[in-house]
Amino acid sequence: MIVHARLAAIKGIRPHEWAIRFVFGGTVCVAAGLISKRFGPEIGGLFLAFPAIFPAGASLVEAHERKHKARAALDGTMRGRTVAGVDAAGAAMGCIGLAGFAVVCWLCLPHLATIAVFLLATLVWFAAAILAWWMRKRRTFRTRRARRRTLHVFRAS
Amino acid sequence: MAELVLRFLIGGAVVSVFAVLAEIFTPKSFAGLFGAAPSIALATIGITIAHYGKAHAATEAHSMVCGAIGFFIYASAASWFLMRIKIPALAAALALLPVWFGVSAALLWLAERLP
Repeated sequence: MIVHARLAAIKGIRPHEWAIRFVFGGTVCVAAGLISKRFGPEIGGLFLAFPAIFPAGASLVEAHERKHKARAALDGTMRGRTVAGVDAAGAAMGCIGLAGFAVVCWLCLPHLATIAVFLLATLVWFAAAILAWWMRKRRTFRTRRARRRTLHVFRAS
Repeated sequence: MAELVLRFLIGGAVVSVFAVLAEIFTPKSFAGLFGAAPSIALATIGITIAHYGKAHAATEAHSMVCGAIGFFIYASAASWFLMRIKIPALAAALALLPVWFGVSAALLWLAERLP
C-alpha cells in the first residue's frame, strides 16, 4: 500500500470548513487551559488528548465521499460512512502514537530542555503511529490473502 | 486574557494544519492517523510551561496518557459503528464522546490509586 499526498485536495476545502476547524481547535485549547486552571493539571491533562480533529474530519470525509459518488449519479451515503469508518480505524492507530507522545513528555519534561522534549515526542508520535498503521495493514492483507486462498480451495473442491 | 487569546490562536492554527494533513493523504486509513495527532498538546504545552512550569506540564502529560487510551477506545468504537451499523459520521463521533471521557476518567482514577 503506497501513501500519496494529494495537494489538490486543499483546494476542495471550503472557507467555512477551514473556519469550523480553526474555531473548534482554538475553543478546545482554551477549554483545556480553563479546565486545568479550575480542576488542576490531572483533569486538564485529559483534554490534551481530546478528539479535536476527528469529529469534523470524519463528517467531512463522509460528505466528500457522498459528493464524489453523486457526480456519477450514485448514492454514496453508505460508501461515505464506510470510508469514515476506515478513517476512524486510522485514528485509533494514531492514538498509539499519541500515547507515546504523552509518555515522552511525562517522563522527559522534568529532565530535558523543552524543545528537545517536543522534538523527541513528535518523532515518537510519528514513528509509533506509522508503525501501528503498517502492522494493521499487514495483518489486513494477510487476512484477505488467507480468505482468498480459502475461497480458491472451496471452489477447487 | 492574553493567555486565552494566545491559546485560541495557536490551537486553531495547529488543529487546522493537522486537519489539512488528514485531508491530503490517501489511503484514508493513513490520513486517519492525523485525526489523532497531538495538536492540542503541541499548541498548549509550551504556554503551560511558560506560565506554570515544567512540573505542571509533566502532570498534564501523565493524564494525557489516560486520555490517549480513552481516545483509542473511542476511535475503535466509532470505526465499528460506522463500518458495521453505518450511522452518520458526525452522529457517531459526537454520541461516543462520553465513551472517551468515561474511559479516560476511569483510567486516571485508577492511575492515581496505583502505588
